[in-house]
Amino acid sequence: MLNTLMEETREVVAPDLREQYVEAFTWMLLARIVEEKLASLWRAGKIAGGVYLGKGQEAISAAIAVMLKPDDIFGPLIRDQAGRLAFGEPLADVFRNHFGTLTSPSRGRDGNVHRGRPKEGYHSMISHLGSLISVVAGALLARRFQGDTSAIGATCIGDGGTSTGAFHEALNLAAVEKLPLVVVVTNNQYAYSTPNNRQFACRNLVDRAVGYGIEGYSMDGTDLRDCLEVARYATDRARSGHGPQMIVGTCLRLTGHAEHDDASYVDKKLLSRFAGRDCLQIAGSYIQSQQWADQSQIERWKEKAKYEIEEALAKVQREPHSDPKEETWCPYATGVLARTER
Amino acid sequence: MSTTYLEAIREAQKKLLQDDSRVYIYGQDVGAFGGAFKATKNLADAFPGRVLDAPISEDAMVGSAIGAAIEGMRPIIEMQFSDFSVTAFNQIINQAATLYWRTQVACPITIRMPSGANPGSGPFHSQNLEALYAHVPGLVVLAPATVPDAYTMLLEAVEIDDPVIFCEHKYLYNRLKIDRLTPSELTFNHARVARVGRDITIVSYSAMVPEALFAAEILEREGVLAEVVDLRCIKPLDIETVIASVARTGRLLCVDESWPWGGVNAEVIAQVTTRGFHLLDAPPQRLNGKDTPVPFHPNLWNVHKPSSKVIALKARELLKW
Repeated sequence: MLNTLMEETREVVAPDLREQYVEAFTWMLLARIVEEKLASLWRAGKIAGGVYLGKGQEAISAAIAVMLKPDDIFGPLIRDQAGRLAFGEPLADVFRNHFGTLTSPSRGRDGNVHRGRPKEGYHSMISHLGSLISVVAGALLARRFQGDTSAIGATCIGDGGTSTGAFHEALNLAAVEKLPLVVVVTNNQYAYSTPNNRQFACRNLVDRAVGYGIEGYSMDGTDLRDCLEVARYATDRARSGHGPQMIVGTCLRLTGHAEHDDASYVDKKLLSRFAGRDCLQIAGSYIQSQQWADQSQIERWKEKAKYEIEEALAKVQREPHSDPKEETWCPYATGVLARTER
Repeated sequence: MSTTYLEAIREAQKKLLQDDSRVYIYGQDVGAFGGAFKATKNLADAFPGRVLDAPISEDAMVGSAIGAAIEGMRPIIEMQFSDFSVTAFNQIINQAATLYWRTQVACPITIRMPSGANPGSGPFHSQNLEALYAHVPGLVVLAPATVPDAYTMLLEAVEIDDPVIFCEHKYLYNRLKIDRLTPSELTFNHARVARVGRDITIVSYSAMVPEALFAAEILEREGVLAEVVDLRCIKPLDIETVIASVARTGRLLCVDESWPWGGVNAEVIAQVTTRGFHLLDAPPQRLNGKDTPVPFHPNLWNVHKPSSKVIALKARELLKW
């Protein structure tokens, strides 16, 4: 099960995963639709800066997040809208951070995917790939100091991010400390425009786990069932004291690096291969084949998602944008250093 | 029993570990070995599990401290040498310094930086990086020049809710000594008038403060009363204390062991001239380390940084103006 080869014949999903499967699917659906809304807002010129979408990687993202508990720690990356929602991010925050409202988690000081609520265990990424992994590791170290041995942490990275020194340092540190950290690598074939063969030379990224002395598993990122099985296994292993876990999910980024990128460089042959399959369509068919829901039920979920998205958007559109006059322009948290520059 | 600057740093860490369960120390060789300079000697024994050896991974050391701080801890990271901190530059300037701004979650980490040169240290074990870190919004940069400050400012650093770059000078570690360790009277964000004078203000920090004080003694024998200001806190800068001194003396000489371009001296002079130009009787002057990497050979090193003699010479020139 764990070192899954893509061609392998699959066993019937364990019955106890039905609930998580359906839950993950609804988050994937919500993420896909809210991202379509973000793209259309961007095309209409309503969003400053870039819009970075996770189309094609929702299964990996949702699978890891549904396996986390509210007290766990989650450090999502750029294309983890599904996981963010599954971990509890309110839909309104998605729009808030893209518009830069005063109510946004960053108060308009940072945008788009750079958002989180770190005090709630939901970390806020910076642009420098790999650098969030050690932060999540440190949060777990803190939990250990504080006597909390039940929490685990998960953080996400892409194929490109695995080439950074930060990735290496953080995995090594987590392994030395035997931290309950799950690192989810989504190999979506491209880091912006750079294909795998210009990114790394190992057979499979999961082989790197051996070098760190940690457990590693690969999975078909287009198959939610496989993602859930592996995510459940890895989170269970982390939770039961087996140290860091590395998961490598394979898929294809079904969108540009950002909405300004037409992804014309993507090898069209990949689209017809396994990695080019749409995880959302596969999951929808699977749910119907298992008779967990029929087409009309899936349509109702879609309608519900659209309604919730429109409702959140309408609410956020009435919220105030960030205003230089309301800004403290002070980067310090320490009271005695607070100053006001207008 | 006397206390050295280095012992003061160790005592402060001991007190922090004793008094505050949120504090832990993380760095290369800080555990049973006690640190490259013995700043954590015996602490791992006294506080099991709270003084941890780190792999040679400055980036991950600082990243993990940020994560731990988010969860309520107060980590102290020891960089083995300040020079090595630049391999954690990304975590410090992009992650730690921006965290509060981005998320309204404070980032109370203290990064201890054994700074400055000793004879024979060479280009990569000698750097003073205060200006580099002071350039970045959100960081607090401290540089104690006395034994009481080494102790008190480290205690304060850990209490500060922002990332603190704590620049402790290796040259002072065993050369500065006091009979009885007493806390500093000033809080961390205030500069100190280290010697009261009348004719010229010499502004310095860290290991250049003792040099400036020696220079002031030389000058006093010539009838010149130099006022010496110890900046203590590089960022934010207590420019009010400097301007008040310049108002008394009319002359400003800034002394900094580090490189000149965009340095601490440059910032002090910029702030004094833009806000207190009318107070100056002569153009402000600065003395820095030469604009080269720090040299290895003691003969070269001795002239790379400002000495008390050079400071006195520059002061005399400025007084002739």
